[in-house]
Amino acid sequence: MIDPVIQVTNLKKRYGSTIAVADVSLEVHRGEIFGLIGPNGAGKTTTMECVEGLRKWDHGSVSVLGLDPRRDARALQERIGVQHQEAHLQKRIKVWEAIDLWSSLYASVVDTEALLAQLGLTEKRNAWFMTLSGGQKQRLFVALALIHDPEVVFLDELTTGLDPQARRAIWDLINGIRDRGKTVFLTTHLMEEAERLCDRVAIIEHGSLIEMGTPAELVRRHCPQLGVVFSSEGDGVRDRLERISGIDDVTRDGETYTLRGTGDDFVTDVIHAVASEGIHVTGFRTELPNLEDVFLKLTGHHIRD
Amino acid sequence: MLTGFWKLTWVEIKVFMREPMGVIGSLALPVLAFIFVSRGLGDSEATNVADAMPFNVAIMAALFIAIGAALSLIAIITIYREGGILKRLRATPLSPLTILGAHVFVKLIFTVVGLGLLVLAGRQFFPGAVDVNLWSFTAALLLGTLSILSVGFVISSMVPTARFAQPLGSVLLYPMVALSGLFFPLEVLPTGWRVFANMLPTTHAVALMQGIWDGAGWGAHWEHVLGLVAVFAVCRAVSTKVFRWE
Repeated sequence: MIDPVIQVTNLKKRYGSTIAVADVSLEVHRGEIFGLIGPNGAGKTTTMECVEGLRKWDHGSVSVLGLDPRRDARALQERIGVQHQEAHLQKRIKVWEAIDLWSSLYASVVDTEALLAQLGLTEKRNAWFMTLSGGQKQRLFVALALIHDPEVVFLDELTTGLDPQARRAIWDLINGIRDRGKTVFLTTHLMEEAERLCDRVAIIEHGSLIEMGTPAELVRRHCPQLGVVFSSEGDGVRDRLERISGIDDVTRDGETYTLRGTGDDFVTDVIHAVASEGIHVTGFRTELPNLEDVFLKLTGHHIRD
Repeated sequence: MLTGFWKLTWVEIKVFMREPMGVIGSLALPVLAFIFVSRGLGDSEATNVADAMPFNVAIMAALFIAIGAALSLIAIITIYREGGILKRLRATPLSPLTILGAHVFVKLIFTVVGLGLLVLAGRQFFPGAVDVNLWSFTAALLLGTLSILSVGFVISSMVPTARFAQPLGSVLLYPMVALSGLFFPLEVLPTGWRVFANMLPTTHAVALMQGIWDGAGWGAHWEHVLGLVAVFAVCRAVSTKVFRWE
């Protein structure tokens, strides 16, 4: 059964003459990782902060765990955990002091030593915040977001600025949060992150949602064409390839052939055909569309432009 | 409402103590200024050093401690705001009043510490010079500091960046000392300037501290108490309206 933990309906928010959120409606279900993806300035953070109760919106309605974030902000803080984009703590606060301070603020907290250990921060418990690496800082913010065992966790651009290794570690962490039954609402402008992590994503641009669904659904819907690229030195390869069903297009560049087609069986069909035609292949790879391509298709530009 | 207040206060005290420049600027400098100015101006033969000065150096130092506290508060609030620390704290069950109140409280604590150092320096360098009701004087300094801190709060509310807020704080607060009546009586000023001087917290803080230094009771200086409370009330009201968390 679908159980909406977050429900946003026709959210609108402007700062002076700038429209930050033009019209956003979405639902986040219990136990899923939901990603709001879009370029910087698209309205991701504003939307998220309205949902967290940190920002007042102009129009629409927001409900989180059945509470109104504007009216019940205090009650909500006990049940949600947040991490902000580019956040800092006091430069010279020690890791354990931050954990200790945050622990004192909530009615019930998890075993903080175990939390630090799980996040690989045990050795850093006496370190000043300013001496932590980017990844360690983010892990500390994740710890602070999880300290009261919240039902919903908000993560705003959690891995921005991290190296790939630190990023992977954080992804594992977020998967772990979801596996423990929590709901995760995150924003990112990294398509790989959205694809690897999110059960469902919503694409936001200029303050409006333009698409929503599972990453696989979106790819299938907007970029159904798959590609197979292989190399072959034989003659007459092209003629033999064109007999494959479902093929839209074959291009040749020297000994490299690129086949484009649609359908779930396309890659299998190509493999079968290549094998049955006895084509001698020296290299073979697939070119599968991803969210990046979906974004480009929908908006006409790359997400980082 | 007090959830986290003491913990946050204690954390902020520790964090402040770890910042060498902050401690030197707001504690050591006023005390050193007190010692140097006293030695430079004072007549070492006089039995009561304070009386031998052209102005009350102890009150000047106390005032600098109060202003140092306000400048430090401006720095902390603006840096915390820029770093998203205020916003992060606000996304917890901490009430806004607790977050800001803890910072003010920390500044008041360090003001008392600064005054303590001043008294110790006085005992050390000018034995027998100080014969003042210290409790009363401390209370007067704290009231004055609170009032000056509230001005600092308005400054940090209105100026978006730490880079501008800190120098602006110095430019606004230090000249107030000149008009405070510490160095010359306000009667010599033209009426307009005198009225202006009476709107400044420093003026009332100096008058109140001077009165208590001279042995008068609080009742004799109720108008200055009122002045400090009025500045605090106005600044608090303004801050509530314009304070920005990010």
